[in-house]
Amino acid sequence: MSSLQVDVAGVRLKNPTMLASGMVGETGGSLLSVAAAGAGALVTKSIGMEPRNGYGNPTLVELEDGYVNAMGLPGPGIDDFRTEMEVAKNGNVPIIGSIFASSAKDFALLSSKMEEYGASAVELNLSCPHAHGYGMEMGIDPEVVSAIVKECKDSVSIPVFAKLTPNTHRLVEVGRAVEKAGGDAVVAINTLKAMAISVEFRRPVLSNRFGGLSGPAVKPVGLRCVFDLYAALEIPVIGVGGIETWRDALEYIMAGASAVQIGSAIGRRGIGVFSEITTGLERYVEQDRCGNIQGLVGVAHEHA
Amino acid sequence: MHETVEILQSEEVGKGVRTLRFEYHHKVSPGQFFMVWLPGVDEIPMSASYCEGRKGITVKDVGPATRSLCNLRSGDRIGIRGPYGHGYTLHDGRILAVGGGTGMASLLPAVEAIGDPSRVDVAIGARNVSELLFIDRAKAASKNVRTSTDDGTNGLKGTAVDLVADMLSKERYDLVLACGPEKMLFYLLPLLRKHNVRCELSLERYMKCGAGLCGSCALDEKRVCVDGPVFTGEQAQTMIDFGKFRRNEAGQQIKL
Ligand SMILES: Cc1cc2nc3c(=O)[nH]c(=O)nc-3n(C[C@H](O)[C@H](O)[C@H](O)COP(=O)(O)OP(=O)(O)OC[C@H]3O[C@@H](n4cnc5c(N)ncnc54)[C@H](O)[C@@H]3O)c2cc1C
Ligand SMILES: Cc1cc2nc3c(=O)[nH]c(=O)nc-3n(C[C@H](O)[C@H](O)[C@H](O)COP(=O)(O)O)c2cc1C
Ligand code: FES
Repeated sequence: MSSLQVDVAGVRLKNPTMLASGMVGETGGSLLSVAAAGAGALVTKSIGMEPRNGYGNPTLVELEDGYVNAMGLPGPGIDDFRTEMEVAKNGNVPIIGSIFASSAKDFALLSSKMEEYGASAVELNLSCPHAHGYGMEMGIDPEVVSAIVKECKDSVSIPVFAKLTPNTHRLVEVGRAVEKAGGDAVVAINTLKAMAISVEFRRPVLSNRFGGLSGPAVKPVGLRCVFDLYAALEIPVIGVGGIETWRDALEYIMAGASAVQIGSAIGRRGIGVFSEITTGLERYVEQDRCGNIQGLVGVAHEHA
Repeated sequence: MHETVEILQSEEVGKGVRTLRFEYHHKVSPGQFFMVWLPGVDEIPMSASYCEGRKGITVKDVGPATRSLCNLRSGDRIGIRGPYGHGYTLHDGRILAVGGGTGMASLLPAVEAIGDPSRVDVAIGARNVSELLFIDRAKAASKNVRTSTDDGTNGLKGTAVDLVADMLSKERYDLVLACGPEKMLFYLLPLLRKHNVRCELSLERYMKCGAGLCGSCALDEKRVCVDGPVFTGEQAQTMIDFGKFRRNEAGQQIKL
């Protein structure tokens, strides 16, 4: 077993880095490019029942230490996504199908489609902070979350991950609801609800007014969420939010993440960020007594 | 975050095509593009048509956002972010620049940056004479500027690809730079391969973030906004979608 290999709820990864949902993962070709760049797994763009254009531009604001985005869940819809999955599978890296829907029934239907297309797991987007009727609006209610996870678990035999929002004080309750409903892992965090205003034009910049903050600016929040979830849950936690270097990844792993996802760094650092992080982790693990990355998961709790 | 710039000059440079000039104090290389924000309307990608001193964009009115841009006058303000993407590499040797329609906007700064009128030739194609762009600007930067129009109202009667075929039969070039409709580039590529000439092609796809994140500009395994918009002929040659498919706002494949 290589020192970076991890097992997350039965999904085997050659290293603990995954592509976060929404970054380039809308097409088969771009998923392949991330596989070639060395990611241990690929999470697709969140796919819904129908094709969606998303919001009009501007959809992205670049800041010193992150982005505010309101893409509005654009995507080709689940039927057209079949061909993208066929292409992406040639990367020989596990693919996690991210999905969004407005009812438990649709979530279940999308899950079984993803399983049929060859996904190794599904990730339920219960956390998009800016799409009305989707995402966070459902993901802050433990009962709703529980019903969605149950329905998906009943429909597929692959693991079901739930991606959580940090925009709630009930994070741990929601995490427990996922676990009780049979969910196989939680993913934290999605973006923080945010906005940007143009002083010159005296108006919000994003066409949707509100969006989600990501990048280094959210890392401390993500770490806290992962730390809390790890302490409260038995199921694995996958960490995401502002990871750009191997040290960032280790912070998340030590907080309790079994694997990490990388999003904004792809824009800020480039696609080479995956091999930079895995090379750094490899070097760290080699020098460490425990000899493999899994042994470091949650070690920061020993001092908590 | 966008920088707000004031339009200092708006000039008609062809039928339904205007150049806007503004101060934007960032280094811009020929072939790169900006994301241009018109508050309340849209934000769209636009190639830099002037990269030195006072920056500029050259806009063809094809829809709501480009029409709003064309209606702007001195003193109006827009938001700019960027520049983004990889531009042209300006190698040594004899260069031929081939522009179709508004493709000239991205190409002219490259022709000027070569800085030696005897080292670069220019082929400009358009549907008719009123749509030929930047002939005077090209003549100031190149000793050999030729034109083609589909209807024969100026220069060779035919396409820009026909014009290039004619020029290749007379001259030897080390590199071709080209920007224009994708079908034009698609037919140009085999011609250049036949003559064994390397090339760099500027491509377009639907852009949202412009910064390599959202994936809406995906062209096979490349993101046009960061890996391009200028690609080498070898790269284009291996792209399955090149000349055949684009993607719409929802990311669905559409026949070109
Ligand atoms: C890298 C790049 C450089 C460009 N440079 C120039 C230039 O120098 N001069 C110029 O006149 N045009 C340029 N364009 C094209 C220009 O962006 C579109 O014509 C413009 O977005 C149309 O918007 P609209 O609202 O006027 O028209 P619409 O009616 O909205 O669209 C007309 C056409 O433009 C395309 N389009 C619309 N929005 C976008 C978008 N966000 N990204 C890409 N395509 C879009 C549509 O697919 C459609 O085919 C460039 C495009 C790209 C990708
Ligand atoms: C442009 C953009 C698009 C995103 N789209 C999605 C999405 O479709 N589904 C989802 O679950 N998360 C989406 N996210 C959130 C990311 O997956 C991730 O949770 C968040 O950005 C924090 O990680 P980061 O700081 O590494 O970017 C998106 C983020 C960005 C910046
Ligand atoms: S436009 Fe978003 S990745 Fe290129």
